Amino acid sequence: MNPAFPHRQTAHCESGVIANLLTHHGLPISEAMAFGIGGGLFFGYLPFIRINGLPLTTFRTTPGAIFSRVTKRLGIGVARKNFKNPDQAMAELDRYLAQGVPVGMQTGVYWLPYFPPALRFHFNAHNLIAFGKRGDDYLISDPVLPEPVVCAAADLARARFAQGALAPKGKMYCITTVPKALDLAPAIRQSIRDVCRLMLSVPFPLIGTRGIRYLADQLERWPSRLGDRRAILYLGNLIRMQEEIGTGGGGFRFIFAAFLQEGADVLGNSRLLELSQRMTATGDLWREFAVAGARHCKGRSGAGEDFADLARMLRRCAEQEDAVLRELAALVRKG
Amino acid sequence: MQENEVPQDEALFDGMSEVCYALDESGRYVLAKSAGWEPANIANLQAWDVIHAEVAAVLARVRAGELSPLAYHMARHQMDAKLLAGYAGLFCWQVRRHMKPAPFSKLNPARLARYATIFKTTTEELCRIPSEADTSRTDT
Repeated sequence: MNPAFPHRQTAHCESGVIANLLTHHGLPISEAMAFGIGGGLFFGYLPFIRINGLPLTTFRTTPGAIFSRVTKRLGIGVARKNFKNPDQAMAELDRYLAQGVPVGMQTGVYWLPYFPPALRFHFNAHNLIAFGKRGDDYLISDPVLPEPVVCAAADLARARFAQGALAPKGKMYCITTVPKALDLAPAIRQSIRDVCRLMLSVPFPLIGTRGIRYLADQLERWPSRLGDRRAILYLGNLIRMQEEIGTGGGGFRFIFAAFLQEGADVLGNSRLLELSQRMTATGDLWREFAVAGARHCKGRSGAGEDFADLARMLRRCAEQEDAVLRELAALVRKG
Repeated sequence: MQENEVPQDEALFDGMSEVCYALDESGRYVLAKSAGWEPANIANLQAWDVIHAEVAAVLARVRAGELSPLAYHMARHQMDAKLLAGYAGLFCWQVRRHMKPAPFSKLNPARLARYATIFKTTTEELCRIPSEADTSRTDT
């Protein structure tokens, strides 16, 4: 028996999981809308957190935050559970699946056999849905894959109990109650307000648009501080964080612009449409930065592409994002 | 990004495609399939180069008798002592000790089997010193 599940491939795993789960429960919602209402857009440069010895840069909010904000803002009931024991965790999963309830899970990606090998790093904040079981195999809707896949129980258990930073500890969640209809408008306004606050007015220099400027200042000094080789590793890592699978391109800026575009329809506000276009333009700037940066990593950079120029590009990203977000903040304050 | 500009630079995904957000002709956002993007590919391959260089360096030290074969398997699986300790349910210092040849050679079969299971390999394979680094990414 193959239970039906409305699998859609999405750009980002967490917003994709929540969008697909809600759609399954009769509340069709796009990934971009889920990402936006979850207040997914963010920037943080956190050099004191190291991943494989390289400083952490993030373009999105903390793992799990999108899910909890979306469910809270839209009045959706969820059941969540963590486990110590893998056998218990799998038994509980089976119990839900037997009732026909699809279950979202946090997993590591390293042990997922269906994942492209080139993307298997020890990254533990991946999300996927199990929607059925066939023998000893689970039917998995992994939102970054084009089609649902099958995953053996042993592999799934391993992925659910991956170790290291952000260890999932078997975390699983499912939707228990849903409202009759989604009231998107207030949630959209609130999430835009929230994103603007975090990006513009938190008095901490490493996050938001100030964080982008801080990163630009640091990046400019990487070659002299770290030497050319390390500087290039830092730069490559930054580009990976910005563009690797799961971002929808441009460090989540495009997916947020798509959310603003949809939001403009919901709120009937054409100014929002305009600001969506300008958010797209900042995404394009980030892409330009990645192009120039990657050329640098390959040692193929032309004139006007040393670290000072890259820093200048980042400052332009910061400046543009600052302007767009300030107007967004003013817009939702009024309305 | 416009829909017709969505990059198709295949390199990493084994024929799979990812989804990214792009604008269609009327300026509406659509989900567009992308086979990959050159700058992201470069950054990703760079990360693998670092891992492969690390594996080769560790293997050289294993072959020189400075480290145990365990260290080689850890490098191959991108694990440091802390991460492996998490999987094995040991303390960090224990794993660090087992990375040395002498303590490693005295490990009991149960512990070796535990390590082998973590790396999805056999005990014999775990204790063997490979002649050259296996840098394939397909066998994890």
